[in-house]
Amino acid sequence: MTAAVPIVTEPDLEAPPESTAAVAKKKLSSPMASVAALIIAVLWTIPTFGLFLSSFRPEAAIKRTGWWTFFTDPQMTLDNYRAVFDDETGVNLGNFFINSLVICIPSVLIPLALASLAAYAFAWINFRGKNFLFLAIFALQIVPLQVTLIPLLTIFVKVDISGTYWALWLAHSTFALPLAIYLLHNFMREIPAGLIEAARVDGAGHVAIFFRVMLPLLTPALAAFGIFQFLWVWNDLLVALVFVGGGDDVAPLTLQLANLTGTRGTAWHLLASGTFVSIIVPVTVFLLLQRYFVRGLLAGSVKG
Amino acid sequence: MFGSVSTTPEKLLQMVAALLLFAAVLGIVLFIASRIRGKGSDRWIGYLYLLPVLLMLSVGLVYPGLRTIYESFFDAHGTGFIGIDNYKFIFTSGELRRVLGNTMIWVVLVPFLATAIGLVYSILVDKSRFESFAKALVFLPMAISMVAAGVIWKFMYEYRVDQPKVQQIGLINQIIVWLGGKPVQLLITDTWGLNTLLLIVVFIWIQAGFAMTVLSAAVKAIPDDIIEAARLDGVNAWTMFVKITLPSVRPTIVVVLTTIAIGTLKVFDVVRTMTGGNFNTSVIANEFYSQLIRADNQGLAAALAVILFVLVTPIVIYNIRSVRQEA
Repeated sequence: MTAAVPIVTEPDLEAPPESTAAVAKKKLSSPMASVAALIIAVLWTIPTFGLFLSSFRPEAAIKRTGWWTFFTDPQMTLDNYRAVFDDETGVNLGNFFINSLVICIPSVLIPLALASLAAYAFAWINFRGKNFLFLAIFALQIVPLQVTLIPLLTIFVKVDISGTYWALWLAHSTFALPLAIYLLHNFMREIPAGLIEAARVDGAGHVAIFFRVMLPLLTPALAAFGIFQFLWVWNDLLVALVFVGGGDDVAPLTLQLANLTGTRGTAWHLLASGTFVSIIVPVTVFLLLQRYFVRGLLAGSVKG
Repeated sequence: MFGSVSTTPEKLLQMVAALLLFAAVLGIVLFIASRIRGKGSDRWIGYLYLLPVLLMLSVGLVYPGLRTIYESFFDAHGTGFIGIDNYKFIFTSGELRRVLGNTMIWVVLVPFLATAIGLVYSILVDKSRFESFAKALVFLPMAISMVAAGVIWKFMYEYRVDQPKVQQIGLINQIIVWLGGKPVQLLITDTWGLNTLLLIVVFIWIQAGFAMTVLSAAVKAIPDDIIEAARLDGVNAWTMFVKITLPSVRPTIVVVLTTIAIGTLKVFDVVRTMTGGNFNTSVIANEFYSQLIRADNQGLAAALAVILFVLVTPIVIYNIRSVRQEA
């Protein structure tokens, strides 16, 4: 599922203070460079901007004229957003929004809790077979999701949880474990052994140490992985498609949006607003928690 | 509790029930762990902490993985053993060879182009006044779902019949019209693999932000005095890029290339959302889904998954080794 962790250095998006070299560079750098950067930035923004603008245009206008005509003939409405939450259009995104949340919360909390326990065992407890087991779990990161889906579906059908939240919770939690254990283990190893030993001398057992010493120190790592996992599950399509299929009571937002492109591929007023409803959560998380978010995303970039 | 739910309170209730059940299991594990005392107790606590994880991984990853390999030697319904026929079929049928070929085009183009764009952009905006904003713009596609990205680009590629009084609503076709051309059914036209290339554009659009972020960190890590010295020698921007920047970030480039290549091999959402794999645009991961759900051919789907696994493995190993060397 997941492979290596290309966190090289500080992957923050913020610019550091200017150095003398930067000043020198600024004087030397040509206007060509700025133009090139601007072109890329515009190319990367236009597609999203076009659909975003369209989501506020009246249905008739979207279907008849391009979104760029907005600037000569500005018309705005919130009808498209009303429509995707409406029962009448059959889109009913509010329902799927809840589904996505219900899928995500346990799919984040369960693997986080289990992986921190396991990572603690690997980092600070001695037992036979430890290295072998750790290597085996590490190696499991290479397994692509697709390889596991057919037999898992068979199992879920057999125990009669196919098409329910349970199937998604179990699947997402399991798929998250190898990466989560690996990352949290690396983080825990960096905590000074003296802290653990001091706690042991005070008579604390492994349960107490885990809760009182480890957990508070672990917060940044848990946040980074938690956010990554949340968005991974929120944005997932494949797992939901295979285990839930069409079930409206369980299907996440992505699945409904994907279905819409198939069944109502020309209903651009619904697709436009629907898309922005589905990305509001990731975008908010991105804007508010940029630092954790980028770290988490980079760490798990090859998951799946 | 395990039954189906349809109203919001029911859903939330089931979620809370699941979390409580999970907390109870965790509580039992921790309770037992806190009771284990005496000599050699550490070992047992270790195993106990790993127990839930090992159970889940064996049932949810190891067994299914092995089972899929086994099933790839069986027919559509998993009942009759047919040897390597599924694999033979994949490598001989015209349609599936096209799928393999498409996957190769993806895996050659996406990593290199996304990495090149990410690198150039990160250098261009490095230490500029708008750096963080400029980077956020390119990074954002990475944050949203690939389904959403697919819809956004489908709108770009939208086609309207070429008739008087009918205006194009997709920007690409409008640009073609502005330039004096005729609108094209972009996602249906597979001459020269046009539609596949257009899907590839979408994935590059998604992945460039990843390349940019990782490479930007590497570019910033190049010591200032090296750059300063080169500047004093009067080195121009291009020589600086080729002689200093590129060699300095080479290990990171390898990591980025392989990481994106792994993601590209598994690309599914983009293809499924934009063309459903029709019009000769299917790739392995999409074909896996089509064979499993639509064609109901379990054996063939399993064989495709195994091929994906085999293709991904060497890249992952290389990727891990590169990351290690770099660290």
